[in-house]
Amino acid sequence: MTATPKTASSGPAILPDDRVLTRQGHAPGGTGRILLIGCGALAREIMDLKAQNGWDHMDLTCLPAILHNHPEKITQAVREAVARHRDRYETIHVLYGDCGTGGLLQAACAEMGLEMLPGPHCYSFFEGTTAFAGRDEISAFYLTDFLVRQFDAFVWQPLGLDRHPDLRAMYFGNYEKLVYQAQTEDAALTALAQRHAERLGLAFERRQTGYGDLEASMAQWAEQMDLD
Amino acid sequence: MSDEDEIILSELDDDELVQQMFDDLYDGLKEEIQESVNILLGRGWQPYEVLTKALVGGMTIVGKDFRDGILFVPEVLLAANAMKGGMAILKPLLAETGAPTIGKMVIGTVKGDIHDIGKNLVGMMMEGAGFEVVDLGINNPVDNYLDTAEKEGADIVGMSALLTTTMPYMKVVIDTMIERGIRDNYIVLVGGAPLNEEFGKAIGADAYCRDAAVAVETAKEHVQRKHNRSKAG
Repeated sequence: MTATPKTASSGPAILPDDRVLTRQGHAPGGTGRILLIGCGALAREIMDLKAQNGWDHMDLTCLPAILHNHPEKITQAVREAVARHRDRYETIHVLYGDCGTGGLLQAACAEMGLEMLPGPHCYSFFEGTTAFAGRDEISAFYLTDFLVRQFDAFVWQPLGLDRHPDLRAMYFGNYEKLVYQAQTEDAALTALAQRHAERLGLAFERRQTGYGDLEASMAQWAEQMDLD
Repeated sequence: MSDEDEIILSELDDDELVQQMFDDLYDGLKEEIQESVNILLGRGWQPYEVLTKALVGGMTIVGKDFRDGILFVPEVLLAANAMKGGMAILKPLLAETGAPTIGKMVIGTVKGDIHDIGKNLVGMMMEGAGFEVVDLGINNPVDNYLDTAEKEGADIVGMSALLTTTMPYMKVVIDTMIERGIRDNYIVLVGGAPLNEEFGKAIGADAYCRDAAVAVETAKEHVQRKHNRSKAG
């Protein structure tokens, strides 16, 4: 079941702001027995689920969200985080999908005996991996709450569109629409997402996803630990 | 790198102009590249010479600096766009003058995938290196590759994918080649951001190419080997 989360602005106070999550990530805090190693782009959602469900036995550390733009660096970064924290925690879970690692993250997690999130990326597990695959939607460009807020840092600037707007057609000419997968109900964020679609010259669609398979996976991991 | 306000291209001698074209490609200056191409042609350069010495030479520098992390995707795209401008002038002339081709490649982005930036770069660099390129565009099912490769008498089938979800389709194409007994007729090159060497081997490709420059070098090596085998046979 998908939760109806609080608005983005009501996220837990202990979480660093988006810019820190983008560039530096988030160090683990708490005294939990489980460590979640996640993408900084999921930090707010994971913290919200922890708070909603009282999963205090799960601590969270996040790798810099900007790795989203450098998937070739994700697997090694996860390995290093696991090595850094393995002695301190009974169990570690990885809150990444494949995220463009071409199966390398999955292979590394299997080798380290760790579970990770299902599906190719966050767009998939927010919607629900099965439902997302069923759409077979090849010309949609996806944004989540985090990516809507951080659009310039993750899309506009790295693609050089701030300096060379004429490149837009080369990047987005084959896309038809921007799909905003909304984790929260936030009119301002929706309006911002719509503006991003206009900047990219794409049609706009908003889909309320909540937390999808992210919540289901975390619930399953929390329950496993309770049974242990 | 260049200061186009002070440099009059037509006043540069050939060597200076080629150096200037390297700079202009690096800076993604399409109009200047087109002007320089026309100047060299006007001085009696063969289209093939302009292509290889000026455009490909310049793009090789761009490719190297991209690989070394000095240039990034936007700059490479601007350079590619400038080269495309030059190629548009040269292509019809190359066809007329019967410039040498070293092989033919059918290239496309696989089914379910609409990303074509990498594929376009590879196609352009392959053309620059003397290959004839048949571009299938995006979202290609297996028959697009195989029917076109057969019809065109291609040496190379090139497949591109940007998504983890679409890259497995490359294996579908290769497996279909095997089923039809035509796998050895073609050199299969694969590329795209989520791919790696292991994946290339696992699906039975001849090579994984990490970027356009590597694709060109790999294609040249494999075509040479193929020709050597043909001669030996």
